[in-house]
Amino acid sequence: MLKRRSQRKAEIPTATMADIAFLLLIFFLVTTTINVDACISMQLPPKLDANVDPPEIQQRNLLNILVNNTGDVLVDGQFMAISNIRAEVMKHVTNEGRLSNYSDNPDLAIVSFKTERQLPYGTYIDVLDEIRGAYVEIRDSYSQEIRGVNYATYRGQLGEDDEDEVKTKYPIKISLAEPDAGGSE
Amino acid sequence: MSAHFKKKSAKTSQAIPTASLPDIIFMLLIFFMVTTVMRETELLVRTSLPAAEAVEKIEEKRLVSYIYVGPEMLEGNRYGEDSVQIDDAIVDDLFEIRNIMYRKILEEPRMIISFRVDKEVETGLLYDVQGELREAETLRINYSTMREGGS
Repeated sequence: MLKRRSQRKAEIPTATMADIAFLLLIFFLVTTTINVDACISMQLPPKLDANVDPPEIQQRNLLNILVNNTGDVLVDGQFMAISNIRAEVMKHVTNEGRLSNYSDNPDLAIVSFKTERQLPYGTYIDVLDEIRGAYVEIRDSYSQEIRGVNYATYRGQLGEDDEDEVKTKYPIKISLAEPDAGGSE
Repeated sequence: MSAHFKKKSAKTSQAIPTASLPDIIFMLLIFFMVTTVMRETELLVRTSLPAAEAVEKIEEKRLVSYIYVGPEMLEGNRYGEDSVQIDDAIVDDLFEIRNIMYRKILEEPRMIISFRVDKEVETGLLYDVQGELREAETLRINYSTMREGGS
């Protein structure tokens, strides 16, 4: 008995291994959806505390963007096409105190964005995208100025603890205003 | 001449070595296993996302929790009222959202809420949901969009 056993080759057949692996591979190939998800990140304002007064904001540092149900845009009381918002936001943020009705400096500049409740979400994103687009352009050109590369490349070059100079200079401050506040002034 | 050929072919082995084939397949397999994200929820609402240009990639996917907002899908390709779906159920009462979110944020304080909202939904509903999120102190959000151009 013992002798017979030692004569046998104690091998696991590995020829079918590839087939098993193939089956698994095909399963994962079929179920995989490579997500190309993109997003617009925002930060919601914290819950209102009745005991704390909201911080005072000078009117000149605030750019009010109002959108009504049909998608008409009012920027600081002026009627405007959606495609012009970008230029207006850029003008507001990079004003540096030159014009009296735009911001003092980029750090204080706030864009307030408010819509009516019946506005379709698609338009909401269009307007938000224009505002974000303005900041992206501003950051790109500033990064080009100080480092000679665009912002994404500059971000890539930053180490863990390095300060992001561009972000510090031009922080994105978009305020999602309370829709029910009724009357912005 | 023919004798020469014969001699040469006889010396070399004709078989392709297949011993490393499983390894190659396993490599591919592991790649796909790692990149696969299983759809863990079944969508009950239609979410046809709007396109945007100034977008970033969703980072830290593990921290992301989705809220779907859109018209409810009914039988026979019909659509019902705009509703909110969290995980795999439709939320009937918007007030429940704060409790759900509060529980979630306790589990993972760094949680990011990603909104997948249909283009046609009125922003009023979105504001209501956001109001609930503020009550639950889940303030990090993002809006999922398509990339402009590559629909």
